[in-house]
Amino acid sequence: MSDDRLARVLLTHEVAEFLYAEAELLDERHYDEWLALLADDIRYWMPMRRNVKYGEAAREFTREQADIAWFDEGKETLTRRVRQIQTGIHWAEEPQSRIAHFVSNVQLIEATPSVADAQEVAAKCRFLVYRNRVETETDLLIGKREDTLRRSGNGWLVARRKIILDQNVLMSKNLTFFF
Amino acid sequence: MTTNGPRGYRPGLVDLATGQISREIFVNDDIYAEEQERVFARSWLFVGHESQIPNPGDFFVSRMGEESVILCRDRAGAVHVFLNSCRHRGMKVCRYDDGNTTVFTCPYHGWSYGTDGALVGVPYFREAYHSALDKARWGLVEVAQMCAYKGTVWANWDAAAPPFLEYLGEFRRFLDLILDGWDGREGQAELLGGVQKWLIPCNWKFPAENFSGDSYHNISHRSVDLVGVGPSGKSRRDYGELDVARKLHVAIPDRGHQTITYVLPSGHQPQPAYQNSPEVAEYFRHCEEERRRRPGANSRLIGAPGEIFPNLALLPRQPRTLAVWHPKGAHQTEVWRFFFVDRDAPAAVKNFLRDYYIRYSGPAGMTEQDDMENWNYAHAASRGVIARRYPYTYEMGLGHAVENYEWEGLLLPGRVVDLTAAQASEEPMRNLYRRWAEFMEADSWDELMTWRRNAPREAVAAK
Ligand code: FES
Ligand SMILES: [Fe+2]
Repeated sequence: MSDDRLARVLLTHEVAEFLYAEAELLDERHYDEWLALLADDIRYWMPMRRNVKYGEAAREFTREQADIAWFDEGKETLTRRVRQIQTGIHWAEEPQSRIAHFVSNVQLIEATPSVADAQEVAAKCRFLVYRNRVETETDLLIGKREDTLRRSGNGWLVARRKIILDQNVLMSKNLTFFF
Repeated sequence: MTTNGPRGYRPGLVDLATGQISREIFVNDDIYAEEQERVFARSWLFVGHESQIPNPGDFFVSRMGEESVILCRDRAGAVHVFLNSCRHRGMKVCRYDDGNTTVFTCPYHGWSYGTDGALVGVPYFREAYHSALDKARWGLVEVAQMCAYKGTVWANWDAAAPPFLEYLGEFRRFLDLILDGWDGREGQAELLGGVQKWLIPCNWKFPAENFSGDSYHNISHRSVDLVGVGPSGKSRRDYGELDVARKLHVAIPDRGHQTITYVLPSGHQPQPAYQNSPEVAEYFRHCEEERRRRPGANSRLIGAPGEIFPNLALLPRQPRTLAVWHPKGAHQTEVWRFFFVDRDAPAAVKNFLRDYYIRYSGPAGMTEQDDMENWNYAHAASRGVIARRYPYTYEMGLGHAVENYEWEGLLLPGRVVDLTAAQASEEPMRNLYRRWAEFMEADSWDELMTWRRNAPREAVAAK
């Protein structure tokens, strides 16, 4: 295997391991440790999706920083969301939900400045978020994610996350959890 | 407690004398089915906003009650609302959320309808129908009445219903609080792109009564108040001027519309707000000053949650939104939430507000999330045969509403409860369910237009 291809395999693996570890923190409810993996300038965006005519794909998603979205925010708001759960009286998450994040189909899209010395990485993946709460209330949310990761010391920070949920009318009553 | 018979509602299920309402009206499938006929097929319902269909051929697919409707602008520029169902076998003729088209072509057998609803194309018209089908009779079903008011579009399936503004009555000034500009100029509201749509497992009346003016449930939002999402970085909203305002419940009897509102003292000066952004703070300070210069009493009113009968909620201020509680069976509601900003506001102000709106409202809204948990499990815990035997109480503040309420020269319409000391009352909910019961009992709109009997002049004035 050429050096370049090997570097690519290693980097893809490193990115996937990071994404799994991040999901682990969320599923284990280690929210403060999860927040520490988010860059201070993170953009966390989950557009809404319209049913549009073939050929009008540009209109399928609400526009970032212009239209309404499910989420369109930075670290400050994400931190407040965590703090709200931690009050113990955020009734939509009290008692806390049981959540499992599945991350798959991890694809390395771009590495800068190079695969061998990646300081920033664009990666795509699929997600499946299972949420079960109280007695039998259950949600399944499936879609795609586009992440930008930034090297920080020995690890990575999430600098940007675009969440593409494969739903039109949201079939869950709320989004009290993270993707 | 009977659930049968159209005359049973008021005495058996909605008892306003004691302020008791049966759980049946929320969880009973038969009552739900009757409600579709008696309430939703006869009421004025919010359909959308004209800015969603600026050009000929533009359409936005909306809902009226359980049914899908198409709001569209025809080639001549006229606005229509059609039932989204083919006249041949009922196929949904449009399954897009919005767009632009010259015709709606049915996917099933290919009938096509113009944007004015006319049936313009029938495959094998000559061969199979022998040119006998009377196309003029088989256009898309159109609502009986439609009204555009300051950009918002409303529709009604009942030709006998009064015109929209008469239906709105004196509640109009509270709707104006959201549709006029923050500086008081008429009809300046601009709809932000994207309508939030989501499902809540509860009867539609849970959110409808909450938005009617449930100022008693602040405690359920304690967690968001603690972490702070408001435009000043604190609490949920900016409350500065409310320290000097009168907090009121205003219920318009005979109409079923009701709201919380705040009245500022006369001569009140704008308070600092939106301090998280100097540019936004300056914008609102400017608007508040302009508003105070304009004639019209609304300059002293601050909007708060309200409800237009039956299923349209308004939040004129922070955040500025309309929500429709579309019924979807007795046990499920599909919410559509629309967000507004001032058309002429700087881009930075619109951005700031949008960010605030979506961290407050909707499924990801840190405030609304807790509301939905309450409605979900209140509904679920009311379904059992034992639970249904026990009515809810709505007696809070019974007998404490007044008419002709006036404060420092500002006279308010309807029945008013001053909440400045009381904090809460259930007058708005009683008003909502009084109207609901009237709809469930009445066989025609003649019986429902009580104001025409009681005060013929009001009906004329409202036109
Ligand atoms: S159902 Fe539409 S053409 Fe037959
Ligand atoms: Fe609430």
